[in-house]
Amino acid sequence: MSWFQKLIPPKIKRREEARKVVPEGLWSKCPSCETVLYSADLENNLHVCPSCGHHNRISARQRLGLFLDEEGREEIGATVLPVDTLKFKDSKKYPDRLADAVKETQESDALVVMSGKVEGLPMVAAAFEFRFMGGSMGSVVGERFVRGVQAAIDGKRPFVCFSASGGARMQEGLLSLMQMAKTSAALTQLAANRQPFVSVLTDPTMGGVSASFATLGDVIIAEPNALIGFAGPRVIEQTVREKLPEGFQRAEFLLDHGAIDLISDRRELRKTIARLCTIMQRKQPPKS
Amino acid sequence: MKVTFLDFEQPIAELEAKISELGSMQGDAALDISEEIARLKKKSTALTKQIYGKLSAWQVSQVARHPQRPYTLDYLQSLFTDFEELHGDRAYADDPAIVGGVARFEGDPVVVIGHQKGRDTKDRQYRNFGMPRPEGYRKALRLMRLAEKFKLPIFTFIDTPGAYPGIGAEERGQSEAIARNLYVMAELRTPIICTVIGEGGSGGALAIGVGDRVLMLQHATYSVISPEGCASILWKSADKASTAAEALGITAPRLKGLGLVDVVVEEPLGGAHRDPEAMAENLREAFEHALREVRERPLNTLLNERYARLMGYGKFKENRA
Repeated sequence: MSWFQKLIPPKIKRREEARKVVPEGLWSKCPSCETVLYSADLENNLHVCPSCGHHNRISARQRLGLFLDEEGREEIGATVLPVDTLKFKDSKKYPDRLADAVKETQESDALVVMSGKVEGLPMVAAAFEFRFMGGSMGSVVGERFVRGVQAAIDGKRPFVCFSASGGARMQEGLLSLMQMAKTSAALTQLAANRQPFVSVLTDPTMGGVSASFATLGDVIIAEPNALIGFAGPRVIEQTVREKLPEGFQRAEFLLDHGAIDLISDRRELRKTIARLCTIMQRKQPPKS
Repeated sequence: MKVTFLDFEQPIAELEAKISELGSMQGDAALDISEEIARLKKKSTALTKQIYGKLSAWQVSQVARHPQRPYTLDYLQSLFTDFEELHGDRAYADDPAIVGGVARFEGDPVVVIGHQKGRDTKDRQYRNFGMPRPEGYRKALRLMRLAEKFKLPIFTFIDTPGAYPGIGAEERGQSEAIARNLYVMAELRTPIICTVIGEGGSGGALAIGVGDRVLMLQHATYSVISPEGCASILWKSADKASTAAEALGITAPRLKGLGLVDVVVEEPLGGAHRDPEAMAENLREAFEHALREVRERPLNTLLNERYARLMGYGKFKENRA
């Protein structure tokens, strides 16, 4: 912007131009407290509402971007891609659903894995892309997870997984159920190599993901108010035909019931996990 | 016991009704109708063969859920001796939806764990329709540890609509209970032979389904989600269950084709419930064979193979750039 343009009072600027300049989504409303927020502020705050602390869902890449140090990130398992073994078709064919999801998310499946560092400490981290078919776990998610675990074993690094998933991917039938067994089994090898597994449960973590590796962390951390459970609340309500208790299946509820170790604010996660991992790895505390 | 016929078996039911009617008349009839009965019996068998020769996936799931189908405790009676049921998870409760204990198979000491459904209304309620709560999985886990400690092979019987979706189950950690079993079964230092005898319902089934051999009865099903559940999510209508059943690929032959099941155990004509003794005998043979195979291997080899098998689950392509 030139010095001259800066001098022009805003009212004089042409409206249309102004409209063009304002990108979509410059402002957003917090779904929890309804405060109108400047998107850049929200982003700078790691997508946590500065007003009420609501943790918004974020993409897998945003997640890893926030979590890992900028230097030395390397993606793992990106070459593993989905196939339609069952020739599954409901109202849409599975390959079409995949194509839609790719288009919407720019990801090739629902899990992104990277090696990198956190506060200088080498780690392998995986994050679910919830917008990719509900973060559902199929063969690709399972395989990438296992490769991540293997990289952690090879590099003597902790493995961290940020879950956000509706569960198993129905379109892959029993193959997807078996990913529960596969991912859980991989963790036995991580344990045999004495490397920590930190499981971070974010909103939402349900079904087959919740009932496998996600609840097998040496340390299980949840983000505030995240929905976490085996069966979906609606299914439970229909089964037991009673109203669910207040805060049912929320992170705080799980903490109360002894299911998780702690709840951490997203803005503290890097430090918390680095601290935990250095202790479990019997290393010197990270420099800060 | 009178056989309960399923909807698609109505033509067989009609024939069978006629046969039993003729049978009751035979005593006082002046003319000999045994020939006619034999003819009808033959016809009924042929019809059953015809119908069972091309069951749809949805029909198979009806057979898998047949109210007269043999359950875990039935097999415990027919295939094992010296069964001593062991109860409870030592922490909270005893879950009747999972039974387990020590027993002998062909004289060899073993541990048996299985889902258990109920026969009548009261029993069904008591067994919670075979839907375990966390304490059921934790009891199973305790028995697995016992098996490991005393070097006893484990037989598991899978027959559940799924883990129970209840408030208490969530409060007590249904997810963790299932996950823990998957983890422990992957590395448990004793042979595990799993058999899907009826309904293999999702995570609730898998939680006692990780092992060295996975057997499946011919008309059993094994699925990531019930056909009804899948239909209501993807088709927005539970009426599409039969379509969903087909799409999900839940039958034994299809799963064997995918490499997820090792052995399909043949059922008597018309399903296991039509001749439970014959079913048990088929299963005994399959067990003997499976047990021999897993016992031949040194334990470490067996565990390596189990791990390799788990890591091999999944179909994907690799884009080598």
